[in-house]
Amino acid sequence: MADASTPRPGAPWALSAPALLLFVGVLLVPLALTAVLSFNVFDGMRGIQPGFSLTNYAQVLTDGYYHDIFIRTGLMSLGVTALCVLFGVPETLILAHMRAPWSGLFLVVILGPLLISVVVRTLGWSVLLGNQGLINNALQGIGITHEPIRFLFSMLGVVIALTHVLLPFMIIAVWSALQKLDPQVEHAGRSLGASSITSFLRVVFPQLLPGVLSGSIIVFALSASAFATPSIIGGRRVKVVATATYDEFLNSMNWPLGATIAILLLLANIVIIVGCNRLIERRFKQVFAA
Amino acid sequence: MSFLSLRALTKTYPGNAQVVRGLNLDVEQGEFISLLGPSGCGKTTTLQMVAGFANPTSGHVYLNGKDISGIRPEKRDMGLVFQGYALFPHMTVAQNVGFGLEMRKMPRTQAAGRIEEALAMVRLHGLGSRYPRELSGGQRQRVAIARALAIRPQVLLLDEPMSNLDAKLRGEMHVEMRALQRQLGITTILVTHDQVEAMTMSDRIAVMSEGKIAQLGTPFDVYDRPASGFASSFLGQTNVIPGRVTEVREHCAMVQAGPCLMRIPHAGNKISGDVGVYIRPERLRLAAVGAGNLPGTVKTRLFLGNLWLYEVESALGKLRLTSANLGEQLPKEGENIGLAWRDEDLRAIPGEPANG
Repeated sequence: MADASTPRPGAPWALSAPALLLFVGVLLVPLALTAVLSFNVFDGMRGIQPGFSLTNYAQVLTDGYYHDIFIRTGLMSLGVTALCVLFGVPETLILAHMRAPWSGLFLVVILGPLLISVVVRTLGWSVLLGNQGLINNALQGIGITHEPIRFLFSMLGVVIALTHVLLPFMIIAVWSALQKLDPQVEHAGRSLGASSITSFLRVVFPQLLPGVLSGSIIVFALSASAFATPSIIGGRRVKVVATATYDEFLNSMNWPLGATIAILLLLANIVIIVGCNRLIERRFKQVFAA
Repeated sequence: MSFLSLRALTKTYPGNAQVVRGLNLDVEQGEFISLLGPSGCGKTTTLQMVAGFANPTSGHVYLNGKDISGIRPEKRDMGLVFQGYALFPHMTVAQNVGFGLEMRKMPRTQAAGRIEEALAMVRLHGLGSRYPRELSGGQRQRVAIARALAIRPQVLLLDEPMSNLDAKLRGEMHVEMRALQRQLGITTILVTHDQVEAMTMSDRIAVMSEGKIAQLGTPFDVYDRPASGFASSFLGQTNVIPGRVTEVREHCAMVQAGPCLMRIPHAGNKISGDVGVYIRPERLRLAAVGAGNLPGTVKTRLFLGNLWLYEVESALGKLRLTSANLGEQLPKEGENIGLAWRDEDLRAIPGEPANG
């Protein structure tokens, strides 16, 4: 019987082989090929030239045009992440305080849009956000503005639509942190003299931080690499890293440069996410250890 | 009016029956009172209304003569100890204990002294810099008590505080908590379903059933002179024998139960008709065959260490009996014996089905 609990050597590898092969085949290999591609050189006359050169990296890292794109993408992702925290945390709390049938029902309502393609949802937003769209008509109808607000082909519209697309990920993450919370701690805080707001900020929220952090990482990473929403709502005017990569690949046909941008985006994402993670985990060590 | 007073307190949840029904309770200053009852009897809801986390549907809570029914929980100045302790995992023990003082804007140096003092009270000196997850269950519980006491509340509310501790530790905490409560003279309400806990710690016990107080009295009174079959069977074990009152005299009633005519003392309350005769297992005694009040046969005999637990078949049905383990030779299973009791050990309680 002792054998049953100690697996044969190699069994874990054999069992995870299908998943590993899939992971290697569809993720690591293309990624490696992209990395190799980024060191090739593109020649307008002769196409892609094999070889090893850092010209593409030098071009992206020194050209102000690309700096703008990267900074724009970073700010957009930060903005979307901040909005998701701002809306997602209260939304989750409201959800958690609902009575039995309603909380489950509304969770489905919130997560439901994940079942619809991002492209379809984004096209929906572009209908709503157009100059003659529902939102602009309503705003002018009640007299808040006289001119239509430019949502389409602007950063504002992209951030609004991306926040909507990514909010469910934040809610799932905070929801799972909330499930682990001892529901009595808020009462404990209040019995010790803290108002409900103080009790939330000092007692409940710090314990939700792991959930907020993991939600933020997902939202940040997804919005930094988002393609459909910026390209449909932002168009050419609001160029972000993902759409710039697309343009290099399919419009300029400069694959090596596109690959370089993609690799740099990946690196930037990793640096920012790991850095923030470390920082927050160190600051709130006790919450994460529990 | 007494120090803490609950008047006609009622709580109805939408769609549900009344959880608490017109409950009245007076707690004197410095008194330790337990709300004892099975789950669903309304004891926790009552505590929540005292603490301010549940609004009474009707009725009032008075503290020091002042109606506090509408006051928010953070303004009530009550210390709470929760079943799961509800410690703040992201704060050290000292920060946990000091949280209430911080909310009261107490200067840091003064607060540090209070925190030390509170930790010393629960014998946790020097553990202030630990985090809750680094402590054992018993220590966490002490932190929860220290945190509630540090604010020097007017009332201490304990919501099943010992139920997560193992039996031995629980017993020790009962004694310690009681000593601490006496020493501080703090008015305390304990909610529990554990009768031993209620009896060891309380000045008075309020036995609750279906949203009302079924009986209120000292632990001795409630155990020894139960007012109802519910109180009797909820506190400790008891034998119930169906009987019928045949005659009521000045100080006692004659009750016919099976072949026995029992003379049962009563305290002036009227009883008649069908009654349940209650007798505690420790008040039934073993006697030699032919002696005692009733013959019987030992069905089972269990050794509990300090006690022997007997189940005896008799004309009055199966009766439970305990006998202290004093090293004597006691009857074995299958032996015929006699059962003996004294009249004053019997209680006749009317009005309830006698099959409890």
